[in-house]
Amino acid sequence: MILTRRWNVIGYVVLGLAAVITLFPFLFTFINSIKYYKDITSGTLIFQPTLVNYDRLFFSKQSAFMVNTTNSLIIAVVSTALVLVIAALGGYSLERFRWPRRFTGILAAWILLFHMIPGVTMVGPFYLLMRGIGLYDRLASVILSHVVLNLPMALWIVQSFLADLPVEMEEAAHIDGASNLGTFIKVVIPLIAPGLAAVAILTFVFSWNEFLFALNLTSTKAATIPVGIAKFAQQYEVRFGEMSAAAFFATLPAVIFLSFAQRQIVKGLTLGALK
Amino acid sequence: MNAAFSRRTWPRPQSLREWLDQRFRYWALAPTLVVLLALTIYPLVQLLMMSVSTVSFAEGRVIWQFTGLDNFQTFLGDAIFPEAVRNTVLFVIVVVSVEMFLGLTLALIASQVKRFSGLLRAILMIPILVPAIAIGTVWRLLYNFEFGVFNQVLKALSLPPQNWNGSALLALPSIMVVDVWHWTAFIFLLMLAGIESLPIEPMEAARVDGASDWQLLRHVVLPLLRPTILVTLMFRTIFSFKVFDEVFLLTGGGPGNATEVISLYINRVFFGQSRMGYGALLSIITILLTAVFVILYNRSVRGRSSAA
Repeated sequence: MILTRRWNVIGYVVLGLAAVITLFPFLFTFINSIKYYKDITSGTLIFQPTLVNYDRLFFSKQSAFMVNTTNSLIIAVVSTALVLVIAALGGYSLERFRWPRRFTGILAAWILLFHMIPGVTMVGPFYLLMRGIGLYDRLASVILSHVVLNLPMALWIVQSFLADLPVEMEEAAHIDGASNLGTFIKVVIPLIAPGLAAVAILTFVFSWNEFLFALNLTSTKAATIPVGIAKFAQQYEVRFGEMSAAAFFATLPAVIFLSFAQRQIVKGLTLGALK
Repeated sequence: MNAAFSRRTWPRPQSLREWLDQRFRYWALAPTLVVLLALTIYPLVQLLMMSVSTVSFAEGRVIWQFTGLDNFQTFLGDAIFPEAVRNTVLFVIVVVSVEMFLGLTLALIASQVKRFSGLLRAILMIPILVPAIAIGTVWRLLYNFEFGVFNQVLKALSLPPQNWNGSALLALPSIMVVDVWHWTAFIFLLMLAGIESLPIEPMEAARVDGASDWQLLRHVVLPLLRPTILVTLMFRTIFSFKVFDEVFLLTGGGPGNATEVISLYINRVFFGQSRMGYGALLSIITILLTAVFVILYNRSVRGRSSAA
């Protein structure tokens, strides 16, 4: 629009190249995941495809990947649900009700600082805390850490969706005799549903991806997919086929969500970062 | 006057339910505050206590021992932490510069392209949403000595294959390449959002005045984008400072300490060496480094804009 025509051709070439560079590693991994060991190490392009790596990954007796997958799913779903409830209520309370300026100022600064400091600085005390209350290597410890890690972003998204929303609808509901809670559930939630969808998708994906806390708060029973992959890669240096299959499988939620909710994801990521 | 209105004006509750509803804002915020108190404030206090203690484990119990400034003394004699800071800072400067340049360029181009723009954006966004551990695994295979793509290309050009993650010279640059591949898309996304929200009038005016593409970019688009660029730059700097997953998987900090970064080192002190107290001290130093950076950055940005 703002630049001249000739940029169009160059634009398609550059973006196409960027897309190829982005996709190539995934393609490489997928191809290796359906190769026998000898075809992976020879680097051949002509090969007999096989599902043996996926079969071994999920169904072999030594592989914990099925347990990891179940854990990852439960942890991601539960932390997403908790983050949704906590952030929707908290964001609404902060955005629409009167609080002392100093209180909200300190709270916002603290949330921002917590979001910025490296997670590793919190993982030590987290470990002691979870050990202390008997949650070490339990799903709950990972869930709690993922709730607090995603809460800042979730609050920002909820608050900025509310800030764009005229307050008249809520006032009308009050005049009609609705309670605060009733207004929140029947009026506010449907209006900020796109924002909540963004929160849900991003929390699910970030929880699914999270490694540092899951690594240190679990050993075997509650280990997630990233923990499983990392341990696998360290233990069996050369089982490239299964490594590729695991890595490829782990990328699927991101691709699935991107295929149908790209707009919410973009909005959520930009709000979460630029707020 | 209807019931709702009177209830809001005269807050005299008629029932428990009404009493609760009048305090909606308190209990709506309560879960957020509980989470923040229990899982951010409490760990921070814990961190401060750990940093002046030696924490050991015996028969499943945790034993705290106050050791004052012992950890600080250890810190003064620690040669690895400064090295980790140096590696991390070098890493941050290189990857953030490259990612900002590539991300901004791609965003400027993508804002001009109409067809396939949705599909292209979706593809370019994939790396942001994929587990970093999966990315590490993928690149470990790409860097593989025998069958990795890089060495296959070198072989095809009859050049000697390289030990990408194992040589002291190449290991850190190899990780930088992975980070650029991983995070350029994030800059791209934020810049594209910034470009698309720019007002169109100044650009049209510049066009009418006969500005070339380059002049338009240099004197209109970039100045208008400045706030977005500055915020993105800060966030990306802060987040690349946290780098952990890929290094953990690709090199584990080696060879030697060639790719030792802050997060990896603190994690090793905590869990590899079980030195919870010393790890806590390093954590506090890292938090202070982050806070100092944010304050200095904001001050210099504000100083410069008021001077301009």
